[in-house]
Amino acid sequence: MPHADPKGVLTGVHFMDGDHAACEGAIAAGARFAAGYPITPSTEIVERFAARIPTVGGVFIQMEDELAASIAIAGAVWAGAKAFTVTSGPGFSLMMEHIGFAAMTETPCVFINVQRGGPSTGLPTLPAQADMMQARWGSHGDYEIIALCPNSPQECFDLAIRAFNLAEEFRVPVMFMMDEVVGHMTEKVVIPPAEQIQIYPRRHTRLPPGEYKPFEPGPDLVPDMVHAGEGYRFHVTGLTHDERGYPSMTVAAQDRLVKRLKAKITRAADRLACYETDGVEGADVVVVCYGITSRVALRAVHLARERGVKVGWLRLITVWPFPTKQLRALARQIKAFVVPELNLGQMVLEVERAAAGQAETISVPHAGGGVHDPEQILDAIMEVVR
Amino acid sequence: MQLTEIRIAGFGGQGVMLSAHIIGKAAAVYQGAYATMTQSFGPEARGGAASAQVILSDRPVLYPYVTRPDILIAMSQEAYHRFLPELKPNGLLLVESDLVRISDLPAGVRVHSIPATRLAEELGRRMVLNVVMVGFFGAITALLEPDALRKAVIDSVPPATRDLNVRAFEKGFEYGLSTLHGERKIETDHPPLPLESQH
Repeated sequence: MPHADPKGVLTGVHFMDGDHAACEGAIAAGARFAAGYPITPSTEIVERFAARIPTVGGVFIQMEDELAASIAIAGAVWAGAKAFTVTSGPGFSLMMEHIGFAAMTETPCVFINVQRGGPSTGLPTLPAQADMMQARWGSHGDYEIIALCPNSPQECFDLAIRAFNLAEEFRVPVMFMMDEVVGHMTEKVVIPPAEQIQIYPRRHTRLPPGEYKPFEPGPDLVPDMVHAGEGYRFHVTGLTHDERGYPSMTVAAQDRLVKRLKAKITRAADRLACYETDGVEGADVVVVCYGITSRVALRAVHLARERGVKVGWLRLITVWPFPTKQLRALARQIKAFVVPELNLGQMVLEVERAAAGQAETISVPHAGGGVHDPEQILDAIMEVVR
Repeated sequence: MQLTEIRIAGFGGQGVMLSAHIIGKAAAVYQGAYATMTQSFGPEARGGAASAQVILSDRPVLYPYVTRPDILIAMSQEAYHRFLPELKPNGLLLVESDLVRISDLPAGVRVHSIPATRLAEELGRRMVLNVVMVGFFGAITALLEPDALRKAVIDSVPPATRDLNVRAFEKGFEYGLSTLHGERKIETDHPPLPLESQH
């Protein structure tokens, strides 16, 4: 893979919050267009992008609303840019239609959601992780997305780059699921030199105009792209389309297209699975967590180990596609999963599905507005081993 | 460095956030330790009380919030009253002496005070009181190397105000040394505070 354009890489050691770090990750990844309708607690991301991008060469547009922002990025991508939008719960809800559009038209782009308490306007300045199912299922129809979940400012930088790379490789909208705490906490962020940052370039066709079909997939089920103004004829539509991109509203075309949109991600699920573990081997209980809750949970895990409990910790980094196979294998070796999250029980449903009855699955819900008290998670762990 | 929770509080405009940022940056960027800084957002952050939290440690910080600070830096009376109850027994309290009247102090709390605003005014700019306070913190606690703090000051302020801020830092640091009455040598040879580890 080629490396990042040094112009966009702020190499050095910084003390930076997660929002700013995510923005630097996006710029390092090659994003040169963002459209947004600023909303707490994500505002710092677009604020920084608007300040930084003129020095790098790119465009930020503050749009009239989130519908406009989320479709403007699709336009920018088809004109050749790497593009993203940034929002929080209320805006994310408004963007759902265009997440489906991006999935259907295989438009590589990144949606950053710095999650706050909901539903509706909820808790603008306080954390939650309650948009995790919305990220997967929020738009209508059958489709797949990829979702990543950072737990520190450093990871906001690192994973933002991966988000853009995966978007390009799979031609899929990638959901970057931060939370208010991770967005607003300030920690050390090391930004490496540009030559150490690998960038997945736009998949551009090598075929000449006339031979190129815009939605003819390669062996990995992903088609190559062209951009407006390059002399190729192409047509991008949210209607069910054939390999030429023309509407083709038949059972056969629907079957071929929608199954491919799903399969291009599910076939790569093993490669996409990404999680971090601590002490999972030989554990009786494994705490499954993500985002800020993973840090609070690790504290609880340490407390439980001090009491002699064999407890492991598994932090999801790629949340969607869910690593079902990996968790199912783990379920056979343990007694129970404990799943703390800043919602009333979302990813725990996936853990339960993966466990398939082989291990008990305990939810440790929190309605949001803060993080768990580690003691709450500890209590759940102790309850299981009692 | 053992895990140390610090709360810095005052009113809006005193530069509470920047002082927390400088302390965190000194630890994380210039001293190879870990630092996590969080701050209050929302209605409570406007006008009246401003509050920032920094956690310093030689291991990664897991829980991001300060619950029982080892050190409270109070730069307003309101901040003093609001946050004193959460200070650890035997904790350290640093106050802006012209703005905070000490009352109802729990036994065991160590107090050091500095007229940071007045010292900043002597330097010609009242707004550098927060950096005076950072210097004072550096001298009293000896948690961080003075040079790490100095670099973090230089790195965190607008270039045009660098000299002024470095002078503010030195002024607070000197004031801190002088209030310690020569006890500093002893304190740097031992952990300055009896802190419990979070881990």
